[in-house]
Amino acid sequence: MEKENYYQQLKGIVKPYLPEDVTVDDISPDSHFINELNINSANLVDIVLDVEDAFDITLENDDMDQMQTVSDAMAIIDKKRSSK
Amino acid sequence: MGHRVVITGLGICAPNGVGLPDFTKSLKEGLTGISFHQELKDLNFGCQVAGKPQLTSEYINRYFTSLQLRGLNASGLVYGVIAGTDAWTDAGLSKAEEDEPDWDSGIIFGTGILGVDKFRESIHLVDEGNTKRLGSTSVIQTMASGISAYLGGILGSGNQVTTNSSACTTGTEGVIMAYDRIRSGKAKRILTGSCSDSGPYVWGGFDAMRILPRNNNNNPATASKPLSASASGFVPGSGAGALVLESLESAMQRGAKIYAEVLGGAVNSGGQRGGGSMTAPNSLSVQRCIKMALENSGIESKDIEAVNGHLTATGKDPVEVLNWSLALKRSGADFPYLNSFKGIMGHGLAAAGSMECVAAVLQFKEGQIFGNPNIEDLHPEIEKLVHKSRIPAKTINFRPETIAKASFGFGDVNACVIFKTFKD
Repeated sequence: MEKENYYQQLKGIVKPYLPEDVTVDDISPDSHFINELNINSANLVDIVLDVEDAFDITLENDDMDQMQTVSDAMAIIDKKRSSK
Repeated sequence: MGHRVVITGLGICAPNGVGLPDFTKSLKEGLTGISFHQELKDLNFGCQVAGKPQLTSEYINRYFTSLQLRGLNASGLVYGVIAGTDAWTDAGLSKAEEDEPDWDSGIIFGTGILGVDKFRESIHLVDEGNTKRLGSTSVIQTMASGISAYLGGILGSGNQVTTNSSACTTGTEGVIMAYDRIRSGKAKRILTGSCSDSGPYVWGGFDAMRILPRNNNNNPATASKPLSASASGFVPGSGAGALVLESLESAMQRGAKIYAEVLGGAVNSGGQRGGGSMTAPNSLSVQRCIKMALENSGIESKDIEAVNGHLTATGKDPVEVLNWSLALKRSGADFPYLNSFKGIMGHGLAAAGSMECVAAVLQFKEGQIFGNPNIEDLHPEIEKLVHKSRIPAKTINFRPETIAKASFGFGDVNACVIFKTFKD
């Protein structure tokens, strides 16, 4: 249940960064932020900051490098939340 | 002979009016854009009055996407985008298609320093060891060329996209740069203009130099007194002005409305020699700049019917008027009509030249010379050079054929542009 909440919350965070031709319905757990959702790589930095704020966690540079897909982000959030 | 260059669009985001209708009304009626700022009082500024465009967040939202609005904290950028996109729309031009830029259109949009508030925000984060939290927008909001980059992206410009910077000369210099590029055939259209942030971090340095008025905090409407004996410093301002310059062929082809022709202009520097310094102009170089502008435009000094000066309301105004008089070899009742818009606008710094060029050009459309509302005591040195009747306090009905506009800036830099009513 919590996982589904994270997922919905994450979709909400990603939504404003989507280009005009991609909608929130195009997001799936496997979506690659840059290659599939066409998110500007500069904006990935902002998504990370929004994730930190929303989930009250801190992401390190390594975490950011690993965060390529939506499910990568979910796994990192889950790990950080459970170690809190 | 190169291409003739005309002005087909204007945009304005000024303390005394956002959008052409409000701005024009202010100029016609002498309505001030200068107000008291509690923030400046709280920070112990000597000068607590300033000019700042009045904008609601609703208004700003019309010009930026929700993504662009996130973390947006760069007032000059906001003013520049509003004035720039408005000028483009006013010219009847549209944004480039999604797949290909408009190769014939460029942007020369200047500033002095951009995104000062964003930079302050960033400095705090960096000092706290929190660099990562800067996000992706601190660079694009604080790089000087952020303004031309934003406008370039919004409009899809494929020609030169750049930002010029020459202190208070910036806006007028930009018009001349745009003119040169179109005249030589390197572009068909250039959106030119300039912007300046508002707020204590921009204005503080000038307050420290003691060149802002300290005794008019209770009377904001009359605090800025260009050409007056009682002038005691310039009132700091902010905002943006924008003009679309276009080759005559392109304008005719589109059937665009034409506000005026840019006949020519000149830029130079006094080299901080011969009485010139970092902050004061070399008078000979100012005169030379004006004379070169006439020559470049192929007109004689008798053709000039109106002058819009730099005239900031410091003790240097009489020197500027003397320079105009010597350069044009005209004085007394023979002097062209003379005005300064800084009485109601304040000194917009890097934005001054473009906001004032927009105002100067509107005089053709309105068939008027806009007044100098704050002159109660014309400076006696100026009255010796120019007959009072040539410096109207109130707007007068007179349709000028040719207007000279000049701006001067720190670093001893000068720019003078000549506008003419358009005749085929």
